[in-house]
Amino acid sequence: MNKAIETTDPADATYGPDHPAPVIEPPRARTGRSPRTSRTNYELYGWVFMRMSGILLVVLVITHLLIQLVLDGGVSKVSFAFVAGRWASPFWQAWDLIMLWLAMLHGGNGLRTIINDYAERDTTRFWLKMLLYTATVFTVLLGTLVIFTFDPNIS
Amino acid sequence: MATPTLEKTSGTAPSADEHLVTVTFRIRRFNPEEAAEAFWQDFEIRIDPKERVLDALHQIKWELDGTLTFRRSCAHGICGSDAMRINGKNRLACKTLIKDIVGLKNGVGTKPISVEPIKGLTVLKDLVVDMDPFFQAYRDVMPFLITKGNEPTRERLQSAADRERFDDTTKCILCAACTSSCPVFWSDGQYFGPAAIVNAHRFIFDSRDEGAEQRLEILNDRDGVWRCRTVFNCTDACPRGIEVTKAIQEVKQALITRRF
Repeated sequence: MNKAIETTDPADATYGPDHPAPVIEPPRARTGRSPRTSRTNYELYGWVFMRMSGILLVVLVITHLLIQLVLDGGVSKVSFAFVAGRWASPFWQAWDLIMLWLAMLHGGNGLRTIINDYAERDTTRFWLKMLLYTATVFTVLLGTLVIFTFDPNIS
Repeated sequence: MATPTLEKTSGTAPSADEHLVTVTFRIRRFNPEEAAEAFWQDFEIRIDPKERVLDALHQIKWELDGTLTFRRSCAHGICGSDAMRINGKNRLACKTLIKDIVGLKNGVGTKPISVEPIKGLTVLKDLVVDMDPFFQAYRDVMPFLITKGNEPTRERLQSAADRERFDDTTKCILCAACTSSCPVFWSDGQYFGPAAIVNAHRFIFDSRDEGAEQRLEILNDRDGVWRCRTVFNCTDACPRGIEVTKAIQEVKQALITRRF
């Protein structure tokens, strides 16, 4: 009745008390040298920014999608003239500018926390974050440039 | 043990082991002195379903395979030594009844009960893990009374309401069931983890303690409370029923109200 059934064969005889197998360490274990307190509120502000920008983005993005895709003929009405007409008003320029900045910083910060959570090696997380920051800065600057220098009379 | 009990069942008198059931335990084994790979091993035993998983592990260790290695000290849910992953959930082996986790059909378990070491910590042997990183995080939040000025000549008094404020987090037994169920901790062991935050909470909200600001500053950092994703795994895993995620959120709230 009492019997042991081995499902896998541990048939590796090269290890012994003097030569134990290497144990698998989990990534980035906490040691006595781990706490390097930065004494800044950076993570706190990041956390609050995510909540605040999230609430604002719900309003900004849903209204934007309604205007662009649903109301007044839907997506078929969107043309160069439609965009030029909207950006003639400083209100919609400001709307799109705020939406661009908030969405890029919100998404960038979200990706930063995901990289921090899932990239195991320090070099991997460093280069992933550098790539992320470069892409974020590039998109924000390009979008801002377009909003401010948009010329409705371009041929 | 097996042979005499089997013969008894053929007699006319009611059997002494009629209440026993046959259950298979599928245990994650690892012995660095034998192989680099961990493997699953099945043990089929006859046991009272009202016994605990720890009793089953004892039965296996004492009667079937003496090399099975696990931690247990008090065996009554207080010392916090025997946290393990049972059927995929972190629990204390000494508080988990077999009848609660196994489906039975004609006195035989329908599925094997899986037992693994807790995740996110280095497995040393079988179900024993290296708890040093866990206790390092605990030490880092300074889990002791910090006060200023001279020592009082009598005990430090506290109202019942002030005591109630942090009552939930005093129940922690440091079994690591919460921290080793946290997905953030699995992928980055530098995160303090729920257990350390719970024990910081126990002092941050203690009216007698004056080190709250120091602890909050530690938990305000990159590996502190802001890495919590409110997954609630810790609350589900806690064998003491501590509302762990709520405690973490209260630390976040304290940080926000103090900084703004």
